[in-house]
Amino acid sequence: MSKAFEELGLDATPLAGAMPAFCVSIPAGELRGICEQARARKARLVALWGSDETPRRAGYALHLALGFPSGLLWLSVPLSREDPHYPGIADIYASANRMQRAAADLLGIIPSVDADRRKWLRHGAWPEGAFPLRKTVEAAARFAQGPDRYPFIPVEGEGVHEIPVGPVHAGTIEPGHFRFSIVGEKILRLEERLGYKHKGIEKRFEQMTLEEGAKLAGRVSGDSTVAYAWAYAMAVEGATGTEPPPRALALRGILLELERIANHLGDLGYLGNDVALSFGFFQFWRLKEDLLRTHAQLFGHRYLMDAIVPGGVAKDLPRGAGESLTAHLERIEREVAALKSIYDEHAGAQDRFIMTGQVTPALAERMGLTGLAGRASGIARDLRVDYAIPPYQQLDPRAASHTRGDVAARVAVRFDEVFESMRLVQALVQQLPPGDIRAPLAAAAAGARGVGWIEGWRGEVLIALETAAANRIHRLHPHDPSWQNWPLLEHAVHGNIVPDFPLINKSFNLSYSGVDL
Amino acid sequence: MYQLLKQIVKTGIVSEPAPLPDDALRALEQRLGQVILKHFGRALAIRHVDAGSCNGCELEIHAMNSPYYNLEGLGIKFVASPRHADMLLVTGPVSRNMETALKRTWEATPDPKLVVAIGDCGCTGGIFGESYASCGRVSNVIPVDVAVPGCPPTPVAILQGILTAITPGR
Repeated sequence: MSKAFEELGLDATPLAGAMPAFCVSIPAGELRGICEQARARKARLVALWGSDETPRRAGYALHLALGFPSGLLWLSVPLSREDPHYPGIADIYASANRMQRAAADLLGIIPSVDADRRKWLRHGAWPEGAFPLRKTVEAAARFAQGPDRYPFIPVEGEGVHEIPVGPVHAGTIEPGHFRFSIVGEKILRLEERLGYKHKGIEKRFEQMTLEEGAKLAGRVSGDSTVAYAWAYAMAVEGATGTEPPPRALALRGILLELERIANHLGDLGYLGNDVALSFGFFQFWRLKEDLLRTHAQLFGHRYLMDAIVPGGVAKDLPRGAGESLTAHLERIEREVAALKSIYDEHAGAQDRFIMTGQVTPALAERMGLTGLAGRASGIARDLRVDYAIPPYQQLDPRAASHTRGDVAARVAVRFDEVFESMRLVQALVQQLPPGDIRAPLAAAAAGARGVGWIEGWRGEVLIALETAAANRIHRLHPHDPSWQNWPLLEHAVHGNIVPDFPLINKSFNLSYSGVDL
Repeated sequence: MYQLLKQIVKTGIVSEPAPLPDDALRALEQRLGQVILKHFGRALAIRHVDAGSCNGCELEIHAMNSPYYNLEGLGIKFVASPRHADMLLVTGPVSRNMETALKRTWEATPDPKLVVAIGDCGCTGGIFGESYASCGRVSNVIPVDVAVPGCPPTPVAILQGILTAITPGR
C-alpha cells in the first residue's frame, strides 16, 4: 500500500472519523515547499490556526488544513517556545493572510515571510504583547481597554473620498467596519475590518468537556448551527472512536438540508428586498416562517439548535411526521417555483442582479473562493458530492454550478440548492433506517485528534479537535468558510456603485461571528 | 406582473394578533411617563445593535419583520440610525471589542430612550459568559429596561418584550 500523500514526500497518518482525513507533522523549513506543491496540485487551504503546546513541554504549533481530492490533510508545524516564527504562506494561499494575523494576535506565532503583519482580532480588548489563547492566560483575565488604532490602506487622488461604515450598521446585521474609497458613486476600493464580535470562543472551548462543547459549537454562527453541531459531533466521534447509528446520520442529513433551505429562503427574500422588490421579501419570509414553525413542531427548535449531539441526534422524528414534512416541503417547492419565475421575469430585479458584484472563475480560483459563492463562480466543489459519506452516499447529490459569478449567479445557486435539498430531504425521509438515534460516547484518550468537515449552507465548516485528559478539550478550532470569502467581497465591489453594496454583500451573506470567534 | 399580483391575492393577509405585555420581563421599573408612552406606543422607532451575538437572535429579529407579525401595523419600525431611535434592541453578550461602539450608540440615542436586551446572552452573558473578550450581559454596559430570555427568543417573545417596554408598568 502506498503512503498517504507520498507525492508530497509525506507519510501522513489516517485519522479515525467519518471523513477521509490525515495528519502529519513537518518542520517549519518544509512548510512553504509543501504548500507550493499542494497549490500546484489544486489543493485548497481549508483553515490555518495555532496552538499552545507549552504545557506538554513543547513550544507552540501552527496547523494547516489542506483539501485534496483524497481527503483533508492536517499539517502541524512545531514552533519553538523562545522564537515562534514560521515562514508565512499568504503569497501562496491568499486566504491565509487574515488567518495568520488572527493566530499572531491570539498566540504570538508570527509569520516571517509575509507583507501584512497588521493586527486582526485584537482591537482594544487586550494590549500588544498579550496573547489570550496562551495557556498561561486565564480565560477570566481582564486587560485594560486600550486604544484601537488600525492602519487602513489609504487611497489618494483627485476627487477620492472615504465612507466609513460600521461597526453598527444601518440594518439588522452583525457588526463590522467597511472603509470605502470612492469617486462619485463608484467604489475604487473596499477594506474590511472585522473582529468586533470576538468573544473568546476558542478559549471557552478549552474550559469545556467534549459533551459540553456541543452547545457552544452550535453557537459559533447561529445561522449554521446544524452544520457546526454536526462537524463538532463528527470530530468528537472521530477522537473517541464512537460510531453514530445509521438512523442518526439520516436525521442529521435531514436537519442539514432543512437548515440550507431555511437560510436560502431568507436570503432570496432579502435579495428581492435589496432591489426594491419587497414583494419577494414578504413572500419568501412567509415561506421561511412556515418552515421554522415546522422545525419547532418536529424537532423542538425553530433553528434546530442542539438537535445534533456527539453520538447521534437528541430527538427522533415523531411517528408519521415524515409524511407531513414531505407534504409541507412539496407545498413550499411549488411556491418557490412560482416565485422563481416571477424573479426570472422581473426586468427591474434582473437588471440589478446581472453583472453586479462579479467574481470571475479565474479570480475565484486564485483567491480560494469557496462554498455557495464559489459554486456561483465556477468552483464546483461540494463536500456532499466530493466525499459521499453516509447519509449522502446513496442519494447522488448534485452540486449547483454557475460560472458568471455575479449576484444573479448567487441567486441562481440558491434556487438550485433549495430544490436539490428538498429532493434530498424527501429521499432521506423515505429511506429513514430504523434503530437507535444515539450511541454512547466512548472515552477519549488525551491528545486524540478528530476532524469534522461538513458542507453547511454557506460552505465548508471545519472543526479541528485535539483532546486533553479527562474528556476535555486541549484545542478546538472552528473554521467558517467566510474566512475565505470575505476578501473576495472586497474584489466583487470594484467598479460597482455604493448603493449596490448592500445587494452584493447580501448575495454573499457571510458570517461575522463565525470568523470573529 | 400578472403572476406577481396573482401571488399577492392568493396569499391574502397572514398577519397574526400581537402578544400582550409581560411584566415579568422588566429589568427596571417603567421610568417613562404616560404621555411619552402614549406616543411611543403609536410610533416606536427601534435601532438594533448586535453587540456580539452568534447571529441567532438576529434571525428572529428578521423573522419578526415577516408578514406574520405585521410590525409596522403596530406602529413599530426599525430605523437606520440611533439618532432616529426611541429604543435600542441589543443582542449578544457584549464583546469587549463592541463595548465602546455600544456605549456610543446609546449616547447617540436621544432621551427619553428605552433599552431591550434580547436573548440568553443579552440577559446573562449566556454560554459565552464573561471573559477576556466578553463583558457578559448587556446591563453590564448600558442600563436595560426589559430583558427577553431565549436562545434565541421567538419573534412573539421579542415583540412581547418590546410591547412591555412601552406599556406602563405596575
